[in-house]
Amino acid sequence: MIFTAPTSILTSIYYRFREEVVDPVFQYNYKVVKQFAIAAVIWGVVGMLVGVYIAAELAWPALNFDTAWLSYGRIRPLHTNAVIFAFGGCALFATSYYVVQRTCQARLFSDRLAAFTFWGWQAVIVAAAVTLPLGITRGKEYAELEWPIALLIAVVWIAYAVVFFGTLVKRKVPHIYVANWFFGGFILAVALLHVVNAAVIPVSLTKSYPLYAGVQDAMVQWWYGHNAVGFFLTAGFLGMMYYFIPKQAGRPVYSYRLSIVHFWALIFTYMWAGPHHLHYTALPDWTQSLGMVFSLILLAPSWGGMINGIMTLSGAWDKLRSDPILKFLIVSLSFYGMSTFEGPMMSIKTVNALSHYTDWTIGHVHSGALGWVGFITMGSIYYLIPRLSGKTEMWSVKMIDLHFWVATIGIVLYIAAMWIAGVMQGLMWRAVNPDGTLTYTFVEAVKATYPYYVIRFCGGLLYLSGMAMMAWNVFMTVRESRPANMRIATPVSVTPAA
Amino acid sequence: MEALYLLVPLSVLIVFIAIWIFFRMSDSGQFDDMVGPALRILQDDDGNHPDQFDSGQ
Repeated sequence: MIFTAPTSILTSIYYRFREEVVDPVFQYNYKVVKQFAIAAVIWGVVGMLVGVYIAAELAWPALNFDTAWLSYGRIRPLHTNAVIFAFGGCALFATSYYVVQRTCQARLFSDRLAAFTFWGWQAVIVAAAVTLPLGITRGKEYAELEWPIALLIAVVWIAYAVVFFGTLVKRKVPHIYVANWFFGGFILAVALLHVVNAAVIPVSLTKSYPLYAGVQDAMVQWWYGHNAVGFFLTAGFLGMMYYFIPKQAGRPVYSYRLSIVHFWALIFTYMWAGPHHLHYTALPDWTQSLGMVFSLILLAPSWGGMINGIMTLSGAWDKLRSDPILKFLIVSLSFYGMSTFEGPMMSIKTVNALSHYTDWTIGHVHSGALGWVGFITMGSIYYLIPRLSGKTEMWSVKMIDLHFWVATIGIVLYIAAMWIAGVMQGLMWRAVNPDGTLTYTFVEAVKATYPYYVIRFCGGLLYLSGMAMMAWNVFMTVRESRPANMRIATPVSVTPAA
Repeated sequence: MEALYLLVPLSVLIVFIAIWIFFRMSDSGQFDDMVGPALRILQDDDGNHPDQFDSGQ
């Protein structure tokens, strides 16, 4: 014992010293990753809180207190923007910056530009949180932010692309890992979608009109809208899936070949699913049918990817019993499979005749959003936070497990309530008496939906409480964090097994 | 449907760009090894280890 004490002092001095002398060039940039990861958690709590509030407003409308800026129409876009672009967006920035650095064994292309993407993106979020309740909006779903903010998004996004692709270019490993293909595809596609859909003629600082009119605008909007689902909410998060599931499971992805096929299949087939949002509208019939066919085709690559991810655990299923992070990651894929089956089914015109404009759509979106996007993000952030804070694991692993179960029950309540409510609404709206008059008035369908709105609110509240647990757990983990200055290792080479 | 005069060519162009990127990457050997890359990310040790931090805090 007497000999170990001086040794440990020496090693501690060595590590202290080493941390200071190592030039940042030889280290990974963990700072911006950590900032984005923590921001994602904070915005997650905020965005989900707003979501629970508007769910409560639907059940108990008096909760808007007759205040314009608390009304459903104004804060519903606040909820969608906060969860998609603030929570999801920050998580995508954090994970893509981490994955591209680790798999390329190179520091980010530019620290300053990376810092700009962080502060720029936060500025976009704050601007959204101010303008949307004030009623300043372009009125396009998932593209509500007015032109000055849309411009800022474009600038931040270009900086993001420069940082990401610049890092890819300076990689020390010849092969580009598949997760980077997904992240890269997501970054490029979102840039293009945003530019085309944000083409407006400004009339003042807070008001603009779209370049396209009527059904043309609707088509451009849903070309944007569904591809935003495909590239922002799918491709980017698949990038997370292909890195964090193998890492957390400690096993290579089930089929690397399939993952490459998955990527290219998505790229070649995704772009034309948008018209299914405009079934039975003024959009030409052939365009609607085209959208339906492409939506059905999408089932193949989606399920290929889902099976590939889940089968990564093949032969090691027992890990699901003990590892709550892996539970998040794998269950996210089962929700991905569910919603990518449900989506193509709902795009079939006869099914859509029943489901369109009902709460079934809301249930579908949330099985994707809470189950797939939410869970894969939470799993990835639970993986990242200890590594970014110089810890070996989260402050409380048990709390991760509790979060998982609370959130899962919340999702099941939410989507089951919305399925029942949606089908019920669809059937009530279309019911006709023998003399051709409608059986139910609209308000009767609203009244019948009330209990399901209450159940949905409870499900959302459970999901939010899980997110609050996560925030607490993250806070306790990073509270006394040590600087995690990870040195970039020299590239490793692996001889193929076959 | 004038919007389609923009969206269809744009989407077709993107598909051709994607085909071009795919073949370029394929020819440069990106997709030759379909086993090693999956294992390589596991060899990259990104975890923190308790002995790494015995700095006496």
